[in-house]
Amino acid sequence: MTTSNPAVGATGPKPSRQQLISANHAAAIAATLAARANRTGRGFGGGVYPITPQTECIEFLCAQQIEKGSVVRVESEHSAMAVCMGFSLAGARTFTASSSNGLAYMTENVFAAAFYRLPIVMMAVNRTLGPPWNLWADHGDTLALRDAGWIQLYCEDNQEVADSILAAYRLGEDRRVLLPVLVCQDAFILSHTMMMTDVPDQDTVDRFLPPLDLPHRISDRPRVVGGLDFPRQTEVHRGEHVAAMAAVPAVYRDVQDEFERAFGRRLADPVVPYRMEDADVVLVAMGTLASTVRAAVDAARERGVRAGALRVRMFRPLPEESLRRFFAGAKRIGVIDRDLSPGLGGILWGETRALAPEGSIVQGYLAGVGGGDVRPAHVTRVIDDLCARDRAGEPRFMEVG
Amino acid sequence: MGSMIPKTNGAAHEPMLGGVVQTAHDRKEPLLRAGNTNCGGCGMSIGLNLLGHAAADTPIQLVIPACCAIVTAGPFPYSAYGAPTVATTFASSAAVASGLAHAARLNGERTRVVCWAGDGGTYDIGMATLSAAAERNDDILYVCYDNEIYGNTGGQRSSATPIGASTSTTPGGKDVPKKDIVGIMAAHRIPYAATISLAHPEDAMRKMRYAIEATGFRFLHMLSPCPTCWKSEPADGIELVRLAVRSGLFAVYEVFEGWRTVINVEPEMSVPALERYFAAQGRFRKAGADVAGVHAEIERDWRRLRLRARAEV
Repeated sequence: MTTSNPAVGATGPKPSRQQLISANHAAAIAATLAARANRTGRGFGGGVYPITPQTECIEFLCAQQIEKGSVVRVESEHSAMAVCMGFSLAGARTFTASSSNGLAYMTENVFAAAFYRLPIVMMAVNRTLGPPWNLWADHGDTLALRDAGWIQLYCEDNQEVADSILAAYRLGEDRRVLLPVLVCQDAFILSHTMMMTDVPDQDTVDRFLPPLDLPHRISDRPRVVGGLDFPRQTEVHRGEHVAAMAAVPAVYRDVQDEFERAFGRRLADPVVPYRMEDADVVLVAMGTLASTVRAAVDAARERGVRAGALRVRMFRPLPEESLRRFFAGAKRIGVIDRDLSPGLGGILWGETRALAPEGSIVQGYLAGVGGGDVRPAHVTRVIDDLCARDRAGEPRFMEVG
Repeated sequence: MGSMIPKTNGAAHEPMLGGVVQTAHDRKEPLLRAGNTNCGGCGMSIGLNLLGHAAADTPIQLVIPACCAIVTAGPFPYSAYGAPTVATTFASSAAVASGLAHAARLNGERTRVVCWAGDGGTYDIGMATLSAAAERNDDILYVCYDNEIYGNTGGQRSSATPIGASTSTTPGGKDVPKKDIVGIMAAHRIPYAATISLAHPEDAMRKMRYAIEATGFRFLHMLSPCPTCWKSEPADGIELVRLAVRSGLFAVYEVFEGWRTVINVEPEMSVPALERYFAAQGRFRKAGADVAGVHAEIERDWRRLRLRARAEV
């Protein structure tokens, strides 16, 4: 059952079914389904380059037969994104995947893809940046791209990875948005872990993803894409970029509705609350860390602590309104970062602390930096520390090993 | 601005207009539109006009990395190019072109994708990208207009800058010779690699037409005079190329499938031509060109080229 994926075989649509697959394969299967859904449009293409722990994703993609599709095996991540930009500028649907130093090497073209306003979808496996080389989960690689102009989604399980890839096309290709989307998942914790995942059939995906019609694709009209701007033009272009980002929350709600209609399950919100109804101690995290936090919240509740948790699923655009709303009743907020901006602290903490209500204590914690295995007991220590505070201090570095 | 180069028996080398003037099959509008910002005497301008004539009514898409040629386009929303143009990041033109070319093929379009890149984007920062696209034999025509310098940034050395040339980063003159770019590209066994002399427009047009129509990866290398950075008279550009060809400094040849080598213009191996080439450019004044040394290098390069050209028989 796990060695082949009939739902994406060359033989056509098959009924939706559960498959035991890794998040890397979940992403590749979703990308393949989205690719085939554009066969009546201008086709599919992407540039791919291996890097641990993402490689299984592009290997899987390279093994697929995609009608009106072409996967280009390039010499670097920088060129992987460049090839995607070429395909996308020509109106094709595109996909690539990368991780860690690969993303760092790709960075110039990550920015370029957003500035061209191309709805490229990239799957990123969050991995510690080196040297020294470390393969384990850390969000610092994609958070370094927070200003690149992409939508960023962080996933908690394999189903969410697959669903987010499909939704990313619908979201990014929407005329109100036209932005690239980065779908992030944690190294090994998801990328190499098999989970039962519902894989939709091609017909359903075809209905959910109409062919891409990129309004500014290049054809035969003499026109320069990406040429020279004076400051005034850049102000206008950036203003349009800001407006596109501002449209994302409303479009995302539409995509959630469409997704539910097509696949029968609801895509998670930009901020996912857990036991927040009466919570005055709130923990904030991203990715798989959030599920560990939930276990610690349950344990704290049993001890009488009115604890709750927020999972930030959408980091760009930052769902400020939702966060403010959830933070409203909180007295103590602990933000747990699996990343580090030396000289500041956690990046999620840095971004969210200003959204907390006046008088609340917002404390930053660094846990699992470099991929350490954060367990519920570690989060319990965070809760104990947070509850014992009468004011916030410097970000606390939790060594979890 | 008169010529700094004394007239010689140039009659045999005069460019001919055949194939260069507008014809019924030509483009509806020029590839390089009037009013662009290129410097007077820019070799790249001449090259673009040749490319436009060679492409005729074949639809082309231009892919231009950061270089003078994207400044040529002018600021948004204007365009000095009569073809759809993608301005790419510096190292990425060949990879973006790969995406465009694959998409054109998937959609059954006859569009020819043409990279138009300077020597910095070709010899230096774009080398890995270029090499990979060539290795994949993607369906791209890549033209390097080689002005032997980072002109756009005000004249710094590149690995295409010739030995002895002063630049803002080699004020005393560059101390190593330039790369053999056509040798590098031919070593990828691509269908076609050739050099383009602006002083030999009929040969240039034939090669451009062939390269536009051929499939797979094609590479053209064009010596592109830059009066601004070469510190030469704008009117002398074509004459300088002619001197480079006569002296053997710039070999005019083509390589098919990486091995079948054809010499298109026999050089005179003229030392006086080489002396005049150096003397007409201020960039060689500081270090003082080593004419004998360069001539010896030229002779060695030509022995190698002739061996290759002979190897086919």
